[in-house]
Amino acid sequence: MTIFFAILFCVSTLVLVAGLAMKIAQYARTPAPLKIPTTPAPLTKGGVALRLGREAVLFESLYRANRLLWLFAIVFHLGLAVVLIRHGRYFQAEIGFLTQLVQPLAQPAGLAMVAGLGLLLVRRFVSERVRYVTRPSDILMLVLLLGIGVTGMAMKCVVHTDIVAVKAFFTGLMGFELRPLPNDPLLGLHLLLVCLLMIVFPFSKLLHAPGLFFSPTRNQTDTPREVRHLAPWAARLEEK
Amino acid sequence: MAAAPFDIPALGDPARHPVPAIKADAMAASRPYVAAEAHQQPLGFPGELTEGWEKRAIDHMGGLLSKYRSLQVFMDICVKCGACTDKCHYFLGTADPKNMPVARADLFRSVYRRYFTPVGKLAPGLVGARDMSKEVLDEWYSYFHQCSQCRRCSVFCPYGIDTAEISMAARDIMDSIGQGQKYCNEIIGKVHKIGNNLGLPAPALIDTLEGLEEDILDETGVPVRLPIDEAGAEVLLVTPSADFFAEPHVLGLMGYAKVFHAAGVSWTLSTKASEAGNFGMFIGNYEQMRKISMRIREAAQELGVKRIIFGECGHAWRVAYSFLNTLAGPWDFLDPRYPVPQHILEFTSDLIARKGIKLDKSGNDGMVLTVHDSCNVARGARMGDRPGGQFTIPRDVIKAAVPKFVDMHPDTICDKTYCCGGGGGLLTDELIELRVKGASPRMEALKDVVDKEGVTHMAAMCAICKAQFTKILPYYDFDREMVVSVHQLVSNAIVLGDND
Ligand code: SF4
Ligand code: SF4
Repeated sequence: MTIFFAILFCVSTLVLVAGLAMKIAQYARTPAPLKIPTTPAPLTKGGVALRLGREAVLFESLYRANRLLWLFAIVFHLGLAVVLIRHGRYFQAEIGFLTQLVQPLAQPAGLAMVAGLGLLLVRRFVSERVRYVTRPSDILMLVLLLGIGVTGMAMKCVVHTDIVAVKAFFTGLMGFELRPLPNDPLLGLHLLLVCLLMIVFPFSKLLHAPGLFFSPTRNQTDTPREVRHLAPWAARLEEK
Repeated sequence: MAAAPFDIPALGDPARHPVPAIKADAMAASRPYVAAEAHQQPLGFPGELTEGWEKRAIDHMGGLLSKYRSLQVFMDICVKCGACTDKCHYFLGTADPKNMPVARADLFRSVYRRYFTPVGKLAPGLVGARDMSKEVLDEWYSYFHQCSQCRRCSVFCPYGIDTAEISMAARDIMDSIGQGQKYCNEIIGKVHKIGNNLGLPAPALIDTLEGLEEDILDETGVPVRLPIDEAGAEVLLVTPSADFFAEPHVLGLMGYAKVFHAAGVSWTLSTKASEAGNFGMFIGNYEQMRKISMRIREAAQELGVKRIIFGECGHAWRVAYSFLNTLAGPWDFLDPRYPVPQHILEFTSDLIARKGIKLDKSGNDGMVLTVHDSCNVARGARMGDRPGGQFTIPRDVIKAAVPKFVDMHPDTICDKTYCCGGGGGLLTDELIELRVKGASPRMEALKDVVDKEGVTHMAAMCAICKAQFTKILPYYDFDREMVVSVHQLVSNAIVLGDND
């Protein structure tokens, strides 16, 4: 089990990092030939940063669009964020300040994450319009995340795992040193699903996370009259 | 109004307007006439669909994906959250689920997935990936011509996914394989050949303008000029050709003339740039959009003007404000004290604020006004020097010209405004059912203020909105003359006479 997961973790981390890097490079490389910010749009770079920040943290547009969905989404993402920070303790020799700070929130956050995912899943079936646009992959993605959340919570609340050993495994892995992983089926399942998630991330709709920052309707300043905005391929048309 | 061959949506309360239950394929049969070879070839597009078009479509798609970050990013990042599903006026009016922005975009996305993503290549069923086929193309042709590119969906999507961009790309691909839309391509052909969308030749234009000068003289006793091709004028006015032709547009044109006259600013129209509209945007074709824009540059240089001002038209203003500098700039030969281009509403509102012109509201006695924020102005462009100027400036001008102004329901104005139902190259008779149904959210909000506030007129600042409303208002038992140009109100109120 130890060797299997050591290899799997290295591979899936590689896929995640390389896949994301490739996608981000593709987005960054592709020109945006025309200014298309949705108005009223900020006039300055600082304004754009603020706009993107509000979208990323508060889900501002979603709030305007659909309050209930906003609530489900915030509950899930906030829970996920806390849980992720909290997982820092498995990778840091010295537990960091942030990780310590969220310590008491870990359990409610895990619950919030699972509850948010559950609600999002139910919504996929209950709402006629959402059902219409749902593909199998949309459901699988939610189920995958739910699986991760539920196995994680189970280890925390029901069948405890030797987390000291887990930490030893991961900190060891980071120094390319093999230390044994506890032989616990729940932990195995949890890690398996996490690896799967890391592998599918760069090929799935989870790209919305980096993608938001590349969305021209949200990340452009509204200055087309002041600044000429010419893409390289469009500039070549002018030479003709 | 004569009975229509289709149901007209019932209008409720805009505050609690119901979202229809989906009716699959309700509008599958709605499609505009396909462009003939005669409309395609002058634009450099193939005349018809020929052998091997599927591959050419995919190749073109690949090209667009590498040229437009918007398209590439929007293809990848939709989470199918459904937040946009009840935001499109065409879905609200027709109940056809493929008019939900995400479902419309998915018609494109399903093909993208199949050819450009690993999962779509390996397990198409998992992500709903589809081969490019005639069946898919037929769906594209129907539903990408049921999007007015109004961008309302982009406001509400958590990632700003703009289905208008996707519709434009789809139309560009269809043009590139020989399945263009007649209405748009015929019009673009006219712009290239004659100079404007309506195909009005120079002598007809000159004639019309002389007639308008006489009308104003008869009505006011003041000799207001409507000059054309006058070299050395300070301002080149570029306006939609509907302004030369139909009501209420032409009443707006007389308004612009009176404003220039009262302000003592010399101006001219141009036979070469006798059209502000740029249908190159509707068909998503950068080169066409650029070519149409270049006429304005040439006209400005030939006439030696110092400033360029655009008349009332929504998508024309979007192309002008957002793209003109990119497409046809740099504009360093113009007077740097003014933005390039300016909107006539910016010009007029500035004059009102500086007391450069005087308005007398009694000229519009008895009118209670509301305003329709044209989508391409509201969500595609700005006016003035601060965000949201496109909402305040038109309202300031209207309020200065009329005795009473009221806004429609807040969910239906400003950046949440509903499309008139005829934008994006859909203003054609064979799409009348779509146009009537798509207008229902706007009609609902209008009826609300008519009933509650006694609104008598709705001002619009876009030639397409004006044409669409005059046509479809009667379907909802309103008078077609309810829709007015903003500068028609200015025209009624402006005090002419000495300007010293
Ligand atoms: S751009 Fe407008 S018409 Fe097109 S899908 Fe979005 S809301 Fe509907
Ligand atoms: S709101 Fe945006 S992310 Fe959500 S379904 Fe619509 S297009 Fe996709």
